[in-house]
Amino acid sequence: MTLDELLEIREREQEELKKYDHKVNVSVAAGCLSLHSDQVLKVLQEEVKKQGKEKTCKVTGVGCMGLCAMGPLVRCEPQHTYYRSVPCDNPELLEAIIANLDGNPVPEFSVSPDIPFFAQQQKIVLEHCGEIDPERIEDSIAVGGYEALLTSVGHRTRDEVVQEIIKSGLRGRGGGGYPTGLKWSMVAKAQGEQKYVICNADEGDPGAFMDRSVLESDPHRVLEGMALAGYAVGATQGYIYCRAEYPLAVKRLKIAIRQAEKMGLLGKNIGESSFGFEIEVRLGAGAFVCGEETALIASVEGKRGTPRPRPPFPAYSGLYKCPTLLNNVETFANIAPIIRKGSAWFAGIGTEKSKGTKVFALVGDVNNTGLLEVPMGITLRDLVFKLGGGIPDNKKFKAVQTGGPSGGCIPEQFLDMQVDYESLARAGSIMGSGGMIVMDETACMVDVAKFFMDFTRDESCGKCIPCRVGTTQLYGLLNRISEGDGRMEDLDTLERLGGMVNRTALCGLGQTAPNPVRSTLRYFREEYETHIRDKRCPQGKCSVSNPAAAKQGK
Amino acid sequence: MQAYPEQVPLPSVDKRWKLVEATMRRHGHKPSSLIEVLHTVQESFGYLDSVSLRFVASSLRLPLSEVYGVATYYHFFNLKPAGEHTCVVCMGTGCYVKGAGNLMKAIEEVTHVTAGETTADGKVSVVSARCIGSCSLAPAAVFDGEVMPKADPEMIKAQMRRWMNHDA
Repeated sequence: MTLDELLEIREREQEELKKYDHKVNVSVAAGCLSLHSDQVLKVLQEEVKKQGKEKTCKVTGVGCMGLCAMGPLVRCEPQHTYYRSVPCDNPELLEAIIANLDGNPVPEFSVSPDIPFFAQQQKIVLEHCGEIDPERIEDSIAVGGYEALLTSVGHRTRDEVVQEIIKSGLRGRGGGGYPTGLKWSMVAKAQGEQKYVICNADEGDPGAFMDRSVLESDPHRVLEGMALAGYAVGATQGYIYCRAEYPLAVKRLKIAIRQAEKMGLLGKNIGESSFGFEIEVRLGAGAFVCGEETALIASVEGKRGTPRPRPPFPAYSGLYKCPTLLNNVETFANIAPIIRKGSAWFAGIGTEKSKGTKVFALVGDVNNTGLLEVPMGITLRDLVFKLGGGIPDNKKFKAVQTGGPSGGCIPEQFLDMQVDYESLARAGSIMGSGGMIVMDETACMVDVAKFFMDFTRDESCGKCIPCRVGTTQLYGLLNRISEGDGRMEDLDTLERLGGMVNRTALCGLGQTAPNPVRSTLRYFREEYETHIRDKRCPQGKCSVSNPAAAKQGK
Repeated sequence: MQAYPEQVPLPSVDKRWKLVEATMRRHGHKPSSLIEVLHTVQESFGYLDSVSLRFVASSLRLPLSEVYGVATYYHFFNLKPAGEHTCVVCMGTGCYVKGAGNLMKAIEEVTHVTAGETTADGKVSVVSARCIGSCSLAPAAVFDGEVMPKADPEMIKAQMRRWMNHDA
């Protein structure tokens, strides 16, 4: 397909949409789907027919709208009215939604698009999530999909594409924050007949589901980013390594790949040029360490996913020892808009060293749980209290955990801190992939540290001793403290051992495994001390304050 | 180099082996397709037994030890058959903060088995998951593939009893 043909499809699709006065979008991403939004979609479609509005109103199943706490979500255009918690078994309400398309929205169930959760977001990655049908490539083309690819292939040189990404200041969204353009230019310059592009969709951090939503809501965006990367670095084959725990994402990805191949947007001679690029999905099999790049590559090769020392870096010797570019889902989803709108536009968003936006999964003890995208540099306070709507049940904020098992707990005194890679690191945590777990005053920090240490202990691949043995020892110490058998010197041991694991483990998983313990020790040391001194868990989460345990002579 | 037979005969007439064979053919019987092939075996048979591991190893020309190593390394693969029903409890951070531990306790109370086990009558398998990505609807459980958002202990207990026929 040529660029002209693509633009023709886009025009046709847009004309088609203009025929309708109203659009009703129903979220059929995994969250809302588990609340039976597929039924809501069906009933609304029937309702439109019943009221004779097929010619003026189009009802579509779309991706994630973000405010999962209020699912299933329905949005009516052109007013942008949201309906929350729409039950599939309330025919009166569903009838009223369609009947009131022109008039006032049904008050009990409507949500204004002006609430901070929606109004204060700035969407680049998620711009079409919740707007288009993820299983229809024409929907994606109608909103500009694949334009960046076809205006680049054969029209811009490979180096121009790389330079554009460098100038944008985009940094890896998977956790490390490595400059994306630099990585691209390394792979582009690397010597090798065969090069590969891999998309890391092994979103393993518990409490994070950004990539899942992107894949379920706008898969073509990721495919386009990968194809652009393939063009820029000179690769012909791409792999998406996706968690097997995300069946819907896998299904929609496979549909998207098939559609793109059929239209000639993937495969041989893209845009009738000599450039060809194919993408295959590879399923993960539930190993957290496979989010680490060298372990992921081993897993794509069909082997046990264990990391190896770097260098050599995958940019020079990756998949099958060929130069390999590895980025995560959100990074690839940023590529097409940067190419389309220019690096200067992108670099104008965010802070000095962290450009663009970041998608966060806001979960835990917060009212508006869900997915949101905000410019880098927003404060934690705005995220949790404005967009997130604060803590439920008038409880007090205690900490927010970022970066999954590699991150830390950030206490109240940092609430006015700007969220970017550097500030989070200074506060003892990391940006990570974007999971943010808010905890209220009832959370016990010893329990949280123990939870994460149990996780990394179990997920440690066992290859290097600091991680295999260190995480087990750290867990043992935490367990002892939580059971009321701890000693004050255990706290020093935790710190010393944590530092040792951090300095000596082979891969990122091991090096960062002590972070949850170290950050909670740094900010909530008195909680540890209470457990040890008074043999009591102030929050009642650990077994020390369990009355049954106390009776047994504790 | 040892000579391998061109095609390894299917272990039995069971039609499901054809699905496994089809996946291997799609990947040109390359050793790198091992994980994809094991996924197909598990999808078709529910778990990986020694017959299937041997078949896969010889078809992909891999040492059995390597195939066994991969099958046991990844959490997603089961080497034992699952129960008639499966209950997954998500133990991700979001769910944990929202009380997933209590869900697990409720299940243990009714089924008398813990995560990773199946009841003696083979009715219910209990599994804990790292994170199923339903964090905003925490705590989440999955009953036979269907996600139960905002699960509570009572509702879980009732489902376990239904599955175990305690109500009948």
